[in-house]
Amino acid sequence: MTGPLIKVDKLTRDFDVSKPWLNRVIEREAKQYLRAVDDVSFEIKKGETLALVGESGSGKSTIAKMLVGLLKPTSGTVLFDDQPMRMDTSDDMQQLRKRFQMIFQSPFASLNPRWKVSDIIAEPMVVLGVEKDRNKIGKRVDELLDLVGLSEKDGNKFPHEFSGGQRQRIAIARSLSSNPEFIVCDEPTSALDVSVQAQILNLMRDLQDELGLTYLFISHDLSVVRHMANRIGVLYLGALVEVAESKTLFQKPKHPYTRMLLDAVPDLEMTNRMRKEITGEIPNPINPPSGCTFHPRCPFAEERCKIEKPKLLIAGSGAAACHLVEDGLLST
Amino acid sequence: MTQPLLSVKDLVIEFPTRDGPLTAVDGVSFDLAAGEILGVVGESGAGKSLTGSAIMGLLDPPGRIASGEIWLGSQRIDNLAEEDMRAIRGKRIGMVFQDPLTSLNPLYTIAQQLIETIRTHIKINESDARKRAIGLLDDVGIPAASRRIDDYPYQFSGGMRQRVVIALALAAEPELVIADEPTTALDVSVQAQIIDVLKEQCTERGASIILITHDMGVIAETANRVAVMYSGRIAEIGPVRDIIKNASHPYTKGLMGSIPTLAQADDRLTQIPGSMPRLTDIPAGCAFNPRCEQVFDKCRTERPFLVPNATCEVACWLYDEAAVKEGKK
Repeated sequence: MTGPLIKVDKLTRDFDVSKPWLNRVIEREAKQYLRAVDDVSFEIKKGETLALVGESGSGKSTIAKMLVGLLKPTSGTVLFDDQPMRMDTSDDMQQLRKRFQMIFQSPFASLNPRWKVSDIIAEPMVVLGVEKDRNKIGKRVDELLDLVGLSEKDGNKFPHEFSGGQRQRIAIARSLSSNPEFIVCDEPTSALDVSVQAQILNLMRDLQDELGLTYLFISHDLSVVRHMANRIGVLYLGALVEVAESKTLFQKPKHPYTRMLLDAVPDLEMTNRMRKEITGEIPNPINPPSGCTFHPRCPFAEERCKIEKPKLLIAGSGAAACHLVEDGLLST
Repeated sequence: MTQPLLSVKDLVIEFPTRDGPLTAVDGVSFDLAAGEILGVVGESGAGKSLTGSAIMGLLDPPGRIASGEIWLGSQRIDNLAEEDMRAIRGKRIGMVFQDPLTSLNPLYTIAQQLIETIRTHIKINESDARKRAIGLLDDVGIPAASRRIDDYPYQFSGGMRQRVVIALALAAEPELVIADEPTTALDVSVQAQIIDVLKEQCTERGASIILITHDMGVIAETANRVAVMYSGRIAEIGPVRDIIKNASHPYTKGLMGSIPTLAQADDRLTQIPGSMPRLTDIPAGCAFNPRCEQVFDKCRTERPFLVPNATCEVACWLYDEAAVKEGKK
């Protein structure tokens, strides 16, 4: 058995949301921090897709940014193939950067409108020094365009000539040009229409089979995640509340929040199942609730949940952070 | 037969351009019965929001209704003067838009906005209007309504703001509520709550809803009938259950297959090749023909219109026996 490709250990990130210095002095207020990611640990095996789901403000994108070294963790480490991720420009970091890439949510904002598509796709190769020969770069760009279902002629066009789905294909081609092993996909289809989303999801899965890619897939859409992931991590207010194999999570969700999320997904099957009344909204992350952050919305909450913060404990094949699951009080 | 609450007849919406008019909505017709919930689905650019705006008389120029009629009960409303339309909008037709932050005025308290809306349409005094406003907020599930009514929109969360917008839409007891992507800006757990409130409150008041969304799941849970739009035309219209379980139009079939569901195992999603045509080059005949797998000659030349098919109506030559016979020859 080889070790995991990505190992994230006790990752935490605080953002300073204090008022300006003068206001703080006059109003005698202390500095304020928002904990966007709170003590998150997980591993991703080679060739696997791990998905992170959560609602807005749950820290999904912050984790993605820290994973690829776009944001410095407040504490905790990210190991890529046992090498620590840093934000400097040292040689070994440059070597490491070739091995991972990112696909962003909006294909409208992530492609430079003044660059030709072929230049956009070639950029990672040029910047990371993967390939120096211009002819070879050109050839590789053509191959990549073909791989994502565009034609070679499209390389001479500009991003505005393409639809949203085609642009996301360009973004995927760009991410593949440095031959990475690991791709972080931050809501890659949430800006797309369903029929186009299906095309992109199928493409991403084909590419994974073909090239042996490892994905971290970030999404708020549980049905998309169900389709893409081997394992799923559920985030709530910056903390992982449950990690499980995809099948297990959907069949036997453990954490009350996961159950609530699954209940909230509109049902296309029209089985008329009774769903539990969903209550409340995500609390303000600047002043998160004490104990288990989910307790004000949790239908099963006890006294203990208000005081003591539950740990993410292994339960069966997955893990859940809940006092009641820990004590075996919740039926599955 | 009783008169429908809303009747849209052959609606055509055009945008004049230097190279001639672009037809964004092309011959859309449907009826809506009192108390009915009609879902309108389609991908971006299908013309669903434009249809909604046209009914409310809120088409942004240069977009204009080129032909067709819109009847609200026995009154024709597509050609009304702005002033007459204003008496209908808010009074007989309520509106809920996608983004609750832009549909509320940030400089007025919720109380001011609700009371203004109520008193514009109903002749009552300030304190009665305030009581009524508190009642409305209570109905849409805002806790401690009598205290929160004096807050400003920024003091509410996204879900709460959308509840306020629903209260505003219902303020004058409209017969019809047009909800344009009411939950798109919200998180899933909040989305379910808002859909429930909207449905419950409208049903209680006997108001019909036109629910415009790209999310088939929301329609499945809410609507009675659904119209599937493609390239400014209705591809198929019928009871929700029939459309979801047995779609007839090849586009609807493709669309349903491309939606990932929770129940589905990890097989591939059905995909429709290509994407919706731009307004500048809508193909001749059926707009879907370049992407359709079952296309035959007639589809490329002649536009299909809605014909009855079982419980639904579908605009596809495959369901026209004469055309199929001719095509097979």
